[in-house]
Amino acid sequence: MYVAVKGGEKAISNAHQWLAEERRGDPDLPDTSVAQIREQLSLSVARVMAEGSLYDPELAALAIKQSRGDLIEAIFLIRAYRTTLPRFGYSKPVDTEAMRCKRRVSATFKDIPGGQVLGSTFDYTHRLLDFKLMAEGDVPKAEAGTPTDGPMPHILSLLNKDGLIQDEISSDAEPGDLTREPLSYPADRAVRLQALARGDEGFLLGLGYSTQRGYARNHAFVGELRIGFVTVEMSIPELGFSIEIGEIEISECETVNQFQGSKSEPPQFTRGYGLVFGQQERKAISIALVDRALRWRELGEDDLGAAAQNEEFVLSHCDNIQATGFVEHIKLPHYVDFQSELELIRQIRRDALMLEAGE
Amino acid sequence: MTTHSEIHDDLSFEDSYNFAYLDEQTKRMIRRALLKAVAIPGYQVPFASREMPMPYGWGTGGVQVTAACLVPDDCVKVIDQGADDTTNAVSIRSFFERTAGVATTEKTTDASLIQTRHRIPETPLTEDQILVYQVPIPEPLRFLEPRETETRKMHALTEYGLMHVKLYEDISQHGHIATSYAYPVKVDDRYIMDPSPIPKFDNPKMDDCPALQLFGAGREQRIYAIPPYSKVKSLDFDDYPFSQLRAPETCAICGADDSYLDEMIIDDDGGRMFVCSDTDFCASRQNEQGFEPAEVAS
Ligand SMILES: [Zn+2]
Repeated sequence: MYVAVKGGEKAISNAHQWLAEERRGDPDLPDTSVAQIREQLSLSVARVMAEGSLYDPELAALAIKQSRGDLIEAIFLIRAYRTTLPRFGYSKPVDTEAMRCKRRVSATFKDIPGGQVLGSTFDYTHRLLDFKLMAEGDVPKAEAGTPTDGPMPHILSLLNKDGLIQDEISSDAEPGDLTREPLSYPADRAVRLQALARGDEGFLLGLGYSTQRGYARNHAFVGELRIGFVTVEMSIPELGFSIEIGEIEISECETVNQFQGSKSEPPQFTRGYGLVFGQQERKAISIALVDRALRWRELGEDDLGAAAQNEEFVLSHCDNIQATGFVEHIKLPHYVDFQSELELIRQIRRDALMLEAGE
Repeated sequence: MTTHSEIHDDLSFEDSYNFAYLDEQTKRMIRRALLKAVAIPGYQVPFASREMPMPYGWGTGGVQVTAACLVPDDCVKVIDQGADDTTNAVSIRSFFERTAGVATTEKTTDASLIQTRHRIPETPLTEDQILVYQVPIPEPLRFLEPRETETRKMHALTEYGLMHVKLYEDISQHGHIATSYAYPVKVDDRYIMDPSPIPKFDNPKMDDCPALQLFGAGREQRIYAIPPYSKVKSLDFDDYPFSQLRAPETCAICGADDSYLDEMIIDDDGGRMFVCSDTDFCASRQNEQGFEPAEVAS
């Protein structure tokens, strides 16, 4: 009559088989290939690469397939793989001015050197279900334009010439790596931006949104948003020079924000900055908003008690792999603790009832 | 260009990973943290916790500490809620069987390293054993002060007034300290430490324990330790001394009246029975008494 937990091993193995079967779905339908996912769910792939912190579209697509499209699960698979890879060093700073832009827009200036490039965006689509997609079919090829030549200067660097926007301090210091060093507070801005780039898109979207609605409002304009390909270079000490090791797609957003000025400084614009793997402009903008909110101390602003200003709150809760693990772990057995709570409640109630009876 | 599938095709899981999963550099980093933890009993040492192939909250801290301690001739026991056969204990045990090829056991006395979630075995541990605890929230002050920047300061200054006020308020409101598990302790008269969510019944086992006790919190990136034979005192007041807590019943299977018991609801009327939470302890008692270990239905 004692029915207990024996059989855990068998239960696990059966559960895994069932999971595999459900992942495959109806076996009469063709299996989705990793290449199809990489090509046709490319924005999911971008998110998995960014939050998984591993630029590898093929593995990201594999993770999406294996996780049945659960992107947080896919990110987890990529993180767990990434952490087993050796770390060779860090790249030279990526030159985003030299980006081969597929999209580049500014909300602050109508015409900009290098031009506005709308690119492949959902922005002006009408969100109507396209029932044609339910049938298989090819799409007509889009008309090809001529790529713009030459570097595209950052819009905010043009403002900078007049001293209207605050200078960013450049540094050759070795960047921190929060996958190799435990996060400690206060974190420097580079580490903060790293954490945000890996952070959960939804969490950062909500936090960024909260700054727009008055929780540490800082009046952001998108100075520039650019998406495209950049080369990654690494210095090889043995060679004495740096070599290109590859090309990655990134999204970069710089916001222009108001700054009241202080006793020593006249009013000046400030910036928020977001950079993330792949085409992920929602995330890049959100990071820039949160980055700017987190800079309150450095810019001499007031702590308004807003969530987006609280570095410890933001950084210790933005990682969805940590969050999902801890939130979901409460479904694991807690019999022992619960038993202890039961006994305590019984004891306290017994005492209270005895006291009442005695009175 | 070589694709991933070409690279990975002929590699099995066992060939692709190092002994006990973690690479040697990571183990060295964890061992350094462990040494520091042993040198400063009860102090939470930050470490660069790695993403593990099981979720945070499932024991990633304990698994990393175990992986950093394991040697090939170790014999590993894994328990969750005191039992060797709970699903997560099964899963972690098979992880080490697979990645380290070490021997495993369910017998407390045969194990050289025991990884646990929520219990300390009833059978007293020895100098030849290491007990590794899985820790969800390593900071005993966390629920009184959410900011890590503040709690680290409080530990540095031994500023524990807040904790004593909380315990005092419990007594004035309930007549008891209203903490029944993860009951805070003071280690070596210095640091207040979270013993992980073990029932307070288990707290006295930590004091003067011959085994090395190691605590790993993966998500929170902290490691701490109690060296063998350390003083570990559960917080209390002179007029409200610490007391253990267990269901005042005996085990329905082995008859033990001094072990920690699980309560089970056995019928629709809320009928209950109590059995040992420590499955190995219960089975050994059954053996001693000469009956077959209960063949338990699933
Ligand atoms: Zn028993």
